[in-house]
Amino acid sequence: MNYSTSEAVIVLDSVNVEYGYHQALHQVSLCVLANSCVTIAGPNGAGKTTLLASILGLCQIRTGLVKVLGRDLRDSPKFIRKHTGYVPQNVGIDPQIPLLVWDVISFGRLAHSSLFHNFSKKDKETIEEAAELVGIRHLLNRPFGYLSAGEQRKVALARVLAQQPKLLLLDEPLANLDLPAQAMLLELIDKIKSEKELTILLVSHDLTLLPKSCNQIVLMKKGRVILSASKEVALREDVLSNLYDCPVKVVPYKQRGAIFVEGKS
Amino acid sequence: MQLLEYSFLRYAFWGSILAGIGCSLVGVLVVTLQIPFLGVAISHAAFAGAICGIVLGINPLWMAYLFCAIVTFIIGPLADKANFRPEISVGILFSLMLGLAFLFLANIPGAKTEALSLMWGSILTINRTQLLIMAITSLLVLLFLVFLFKQIKVVLFNRQVANSLGIPERFIYYTIIILCSLVITANMSSIGGLLIFSLLINPAASALQLCYTFSRVCIVAVVIGVGSCLLGLLLSYHWNLPTGAMIILVSSIIFMLSLIFSPKKGFLKKIFLLKESI
Repeated sequence: MNYSTSEAVIVLDSVNVEYGYHQALHQVSLCVLANSCVTIAGPNGAGKTTLLASILGLCQIRTGLVKVLGRDLRDSPKFIRKHTGYVPQNVGIDPQIPLLVWDVISFGRLAHSSLFHNFSKKDKETIEEAAELVGIRHLLNRPFGYLSAGEQRKVALARVLAQQPKLLLLDEPLANLDLPAQAMLLELIDKIKSEKELTILLVSHDLTLLPKSCNQIVLMKKGRVILSASKEVALREDVLSNLYDCPVKVVPYKQRGAIFVEGKS
Repeated sequence: MQLLEYSFLRYAFWGSILAGIGCSLVGVLVVTLQIPFLGVAISHAAFAGAICGIVLGINPLWMAYLFCAIVTFIIGPLADKANFRPEISVGILFSLMLGLAFLFLANIPGAKTEALSLMWGSILTINRTQLLIMAITSLLVLLFLVFLFKQIKVVLFNRQVANSLGIPERFIYYTIIILCSLVITANMSSIGGLLIFSLLINPAASALQLCYTFSRVCIVAVVIGVGSCLLGLLLSYHWNLPTGAMIILVSSIIFMLSLIFSPKKGFLKKIFLLKESI
């Protein structure tokens, strides 16, 4: 693959990842340019989460090349993790976990500190700024486990912002949230994108709920990237019907549009 | 204070404090990491190993450490795998270790006093060496917590997040398991092989009912752990009852009280909220 990689933040070339006998990623190649907002979509088991994990080196890459922020993952995993904020899928935090919101946001600063480092005044200011940007400064001293799902996602975003990353990886940030919380989080992602000039890669199941700043969609199926294109090209009925193996109707509405499954009968 | 004039009671006093510190702190880690079942399997392995040592004429402590190491290196990686339910391996190993313990127990010639004292513990008979081992293991847990406090919190929160931040989460996870087995083995003879699991869990579970921050949970768990041990020791001395059993009884009562008076979801709070809503 010959990408012009001068502005590329992520370059994946023929990446293969296996979990036992299951091939999670099959010859995946992808290029993400700086300051773009990319949505990865596809049916369950398409390899979306594994794709994010492979960018951070959180899974074993059998073959292929991964370059992030201009560095080869094999040579500079620490550098890449230091500058990449990652929000995994919500796994259901124990409400009893003895951590305050401040604690959770402060985790982001640990990417920049050595093992026995104490938080400096600058670290504390960065933590408070991140909370301010996300609008949760008033929650800093609240127990994390007792927040609502939407508030917990905001804290997760504040945590990665406190890390001051160049690249954000968000895995299903809107999953299991009600509609107002989803809309609020989408606005927040757009706000972060415009204020911080970050490159954002997010996994989403719902193609009707995309950030306005999203300028590239990557469609995945059975561990392969089947299309990487603009919203206009990717959100077409023939493309989505092929992706989900069922007739899909796209109804244009303002900038976003609604997507319906028509059913096979 | 007069009681402390006797050297065996002095040792028991310090032993109670060290057991309370070591067990409570390790308990906070395994309970928050949601792997308390590891403590069950490890404590029974230590018990089986110690009795095996008595049968073979080898120092029971070393055999307990050996059995703990074997179980730790089997269960640790299994609990680490997301696609394997660790309760299954714990269930199998727990029963196997208890079966082995009873098998070894049946093969001890003559009186079985030493083996039985391992079962329910005898803090009044601990010696200087045992006290030293308890002090070293408790110190190791303390140092681990002090030096890696922030990193441990991330691992307890989410290991994937810890990994993505470049924190050595596997090192921290396996250190917690190894410290758990060291503390259990070091304290087994004083608390009892079958009872020590409660001293791991009860103070941590009580502290989690009462506090919202990790540092406070650690401190309150230690206070409850040490308090349970000292009160249990005092009551057992006065009523001539097994010390380990009394310590567990006291810590269980404290847990029940913490459930009632918990500011989080305690029974009293629920009643108060119910009255308010009426």
